[in-house]
Parts: sequence; C-alpha cells; structure tokens
Amino acid sequence: MSSLLEDYAAVVGEDVIDHLRQLTAPLKGMRVVHVNSTRVGGGVAEILEKLVPLMRELGLDTRWEVISGGMEFYQCTKGFHNALQGKAIDIPPALLGAYEQANAHNAEQLRPQLEEADVVFIHDPQPAPLLGLCPNRRGKWIWRCHIDISRPHRPVWRYLRRFINDYDASVFSLAAFAQPLPHPAYLIPPSIDPLSEKNIELPPEEVEQVRQRFGIDPARPLALQVSRFDRFKDPLGVIRAYKLAKRFVPALQLVLAGGSASDDPEGEAVLAEVRTAVGDDPDIHVLLLPPDAHRTINALQRSADIVLQKSLREGFGLTVTEGMWKGRPVIGGDTGGIRLQVVNYHTGFLVSTPEGAALRMRYLLHNSARALEMGEKARAYVRENFLNTRQLREYLTLIVGLLHAQEERIELG
Amino acid sequence: MTANNQGAFVLRDCALIAIATGQRAQNLKELRDILLGIHSGSLYFHFWGGLLQARFEEREYNNDFAAWARHSLHDTVLAERLSVVDPTELADLEALRQELINIVEQRLDEHESLTWTAPDQQFEFIRSQIVVFDTRRRVEQPEQLAVLLPTLSTGSVFYHFIDARRRSAAGLDDFRTWLGGFGTQYAALVERLAALDPYFVSLSELRAELAALFAAYFEVTSHE
Repeated sequence: MSSLLEDYAAVVGEDVIDHLRQLTAPLKGMRVVHVNSTRVGGGVAEILEKLVPLMRELGLDTRWEVISGGMEFYQCTKGFHNALQGKAIDIPPALLGAYEQANAHNAEQLRPQLEEADVVFIHDPQPAPLLGLCPNRRGKWIWRCHIDISRPHRPVWRYLRRFINDYDASVFSLAAFAQPLPHPAYLIPPSIDPLSEKNIELPPEEVEQVRQRFGIDPARPLALQVSRFDRFKDPLGVIRAYKLAKRFVPALQLVLAGGSASDDPEGEAVLAEVRTAVGDDPDIHVLLLPPDAHRTINALQRSADIVLQKSLREGFGLTVTEGMWKGRPVIGGDTGGIRLQVVNYHTGFLVSTPEGAALRMRYLLHNSARALEMGEKARAYVRENFLNTRQLREYLTLIVGLLHAQEERIELG
Repeated sequence: MTANNQGAFVLRDCALIAIATGQRAQNLKELRDILLGIHSGSLYFHFWGGLLQARFEEREYNNDFAAWARHSLHDTVLAERLSVVDPTELADLEALRQELINIVEQRLDEHESLTWTAPDQQFEFIRSQIVVFDTRRRVEQPEQLAVLLPTLSTGSVFYHFIDARRRSAAGLDDFRTWLGGFGTQYAALVERLAALDPYFVSLSELRAELAALFAAYFEVTSHE
C-alpha cells in the first residue's frame, strides 16, 4: 500500500515532498497537537483530516484533539463567528459563561498533553481560552484564525483578544485579515486537498451522469457558480451577467449550485429572489445540494466551461481554487482572496459588475483556445500555491521560525 | 578534471513564510512615512520574497511597490520609476530603502494632491522569515550540476539563483560565483547565466531554463 506522501507526490511532484522531508528533518519526534471543535464537517476539519496524518508520516508526533460543549457553547461560538465577520451582535453574558466553562472542562481532559506538547495549534476562537488554562505549558502556542476578521464587531473582538494576546504567534489567511496583536501574525492562505472527493479526478462517465441528472446539455456552453444563496455572493448579479451574455451566446447555460437554505431565513429570501429572476428560463439550473455533495460539485465544475465567483465580498473563496484546479478559467469579483487567485488575463478575469462578467464570459466563449490556456495556467497556479502540501510546508516553516526567536534568516544544519 | 578553489557546491534549499507587520498605506504620503521606519525584512519580502511565489510570463513589475502604484494608486509614472529599481545594484537594504523614499518623495513633490486607494486596496507591508537548510548534496563538477538541476526544488532554485544576489557582494547568483572558482574555464557558461533574467518566469520555468542552459553547454562542449 502506498503511503499518503507517495499519493501526494504523484500529484504535486516528488520535489515538493522531498522539500517537506528536508524541512521536517530538524523537527522529527516533536510533539504537535492541533485542537479544534469538530472532527467532521467544516473547512478546518477538512484540512486537519489530511494535515495530521501527513505530519505523522513526516516524523512529527502529531495529535488532533476536539473540544466539545453544550448547546450554549455552540450558540456562543456561532455568535463569535458572525461577530468576527462584522455582524453587530452582542453575546449575552450567560453564553460567554458557558463558553469559558466548556473550555475549563475540556482543559481538565487535555491539560497533560497540551502542557507537554512542543507545539500547539489552536484553531479558531472555540478553544482559544485553553492557553490560559494550561499554566505549565512548555511549548509554543499558535492561534490559527481561519475566518475573515478584518472588520470585527469590536466588543466581541475585545473580549476574545484577551485570550489570544498571550499566544506565541497567530496565523491569518490574508494580511488584510490580521488584527494587531502583541506577537507575530503569520500569513498562510488556505488550500484545497487534491485527493479529496471534491477535487479528485473523476471518470468521464460520472461527470456525464451528473450532467444528465440535472438536464445539462454537454453540447452547449456552461457557466457555473457554486456558493451559498447569500447577497455577498451576488447570485442576482450572476443571472444578470448570464442574460447579458446570452444575447450574444444564445446556447449558454447557467448553473447556480448552493446549499439548501431552510435554516437560514436570509438565504431563503435570496433564493426566492433568485427564482424570480430566473423566471421560466429553462437554461438556468438552480440546484440545492446537500452539504456532502462533494463529488457532484466536482463533476459540475468539470462540466463547466467557465467558473464564476462574482462575490461582492469574499474571505478567501476556495470555490475559486477548486474551479481553477479543474483547469477552468474563473471570472471572479474583485475582492478579498479572489484577487490572490484570479490573475487578470492569466487565470481568469476580475470583474466589478454584472456587465463586466458578461463581457468576460463572451470573450472566453468566443476564444476557446485562450480559455483553455487560461485554465491550464489556473491549474498550474493552484498546484504551486494553493494545495495543502504548500500549507503544510508553511506550518513547518512557521514551527522552525518560532523555535528561532524571530530571526529573519534561519540557517539550519 | 579541474578542482574548484572554493570546494564543492553545497546544495541548499529554503522555505519562506510571510508575517504581517500590521502597517498599511492608503496613499503615497503614508507609504513614505512607513518606508522610513519599516523593518528591512519587509523591503526584502516586497522585492525578493514575491519571487518565490508563482508568476506569469507577462510579469509587469519586479516589486510589489510598483505594482501597487500602478494598480491601486493608478499612478503609471511612479510605477515605472519604481520598477527600474534593481536592488542588486544597491549596497544593502538600507540603500534600497533610501532609493525608494527618494522616488516616492520626488513623486510627492510633483503632485498637487494625494490619491487615496479604496480601503481594501491599501499597501500591506509584509515581512518574512526564510529558513535555509542543507540538502546534504554536494557537487564537485559543473557537469554533475547539469544532471541535478532538473530535480532541484523551486526553493533551491530561488535560494541559489535569486536570493544569492542579495547575499553576494557582487550581486551574483551562486552558480556563477562557484563556476568562477574554476578560473576562466567556464567563462562562456557564466556569460550565458548572466543573460538569464529571473524576473519574468516562474521558478519552475526558471529551473527548466537553467537545466536547458547547462545541458546545451555541456552537450556542445562534449562534442568540441
């Protein structure tokens, strides 16, 4: 049976895996613990699912611990999530109490291994107070923030900051997300896993089955946006762009694929507006997919000629990365992390209006050779920059960096 | 077989990680004020560090300051002036800092008013830490280097061909420095390496170009 590292080497190249091995050599045997609040579902769990075994294969004694809490704990951390992303909501003291209690309770279980660890990664705000609850810690503690906190609701950030101040370092996905803290703020963009269901190569028959299931005509051009029905993702702008482009490309089809909005009142309202905008156009397919429809999304992305992510505001935009990995040019909103990925005229186009998106769709559909070339570049760009092996390399570099007290240049061996 | 007076070529590799400084500029005056005091590691990152990331053939500018001037301030004149700054021609990062400040101040003198960028288009000053490690591979003869080159990691290519220009007093890459240790024997190869501009290709492409250049040289010389 091949090792995980060998599986990755087949995708990213032997040189990349060799590089990881060399970088890990001085760290072998080190005890590393990752702590988050869920084992399955969500972006963080998805990352750790592969990162932890990869770190183990490289010779680091790596563990993954999950903290838990009651209903009030999750209500509180959901509130944190929204407030840190800018929603002006205050968290009732009772929920904050439940948050602190849950952390104290988890610390009872985890304290021995956290205090013994050489490096501890605490993911997101849920387990942030654990540092203060491990007074005899001996290792380096890193707070990894996976969310966009560029414009947080200040009272909530002030409350959380006191738990984070004492960490040895924090990690943000983009410089714009970094908040002033009394320790170094490392920058590590997110990544996708090329071996996951969402990104793995699919047999052509499976892609064809998905097209048939949703009534998509393989002989006609297809534009796709995968995202929640959320105003910031601008699904109405996408429909307008499609309608403008369709005047010139009558065969054009559009798929808007997102999750069911039953638990999100605002999402339901946006979905209703989307349905009204679609009207009776048989070439627009609005798909409500379950959260685990990874292979379906993979197949839709592989069916598309163009991937759209016309967001008005975006954290990083991993759907852009996914589309690029499938060799598709991406038309993205000129915002947030999309700017890091979509390089105008290289991997796709950045746009600010539905009109701009329509123009670029027409351009790409009339220049299929150019679209193909951009798609190839997009895939190569993701291979070099946005796969989880790059993220792992940066975590390892960060560990070495922290062990060398902030020197600008560290010469090993 | 000739010996190199500097000994074997020590093949190293490196990895770089970015660190936010928290300093942001929204107009040219703010950029100048931050340049006056920013950690010199930030200048390194915005000139050199970016080269460790993937690039495209039509790369417009060789540093982040020029790109920001063009795309966020929409000041083409400033972008063009900043883009010709070659840090290898300057003594060190402090000289580079001074050169940047001079250019920015000249532009400030020329302007009647300040242009502000949108809040999400500010210049984010980033610095970096670079970890350099020994691959334990040693090369005695240039022919061996020609064989190894296609297998090098992009980190090695960056360290020896780009980062080296900052480390070496003469602003040379490590390959040329080492080949110089054989006297004039490889002068033609050194000349070809000098003509290879690393700014307009990705590191993978640069690796391929270096490998092709060495292969072509030894192919020809073996037939002479």
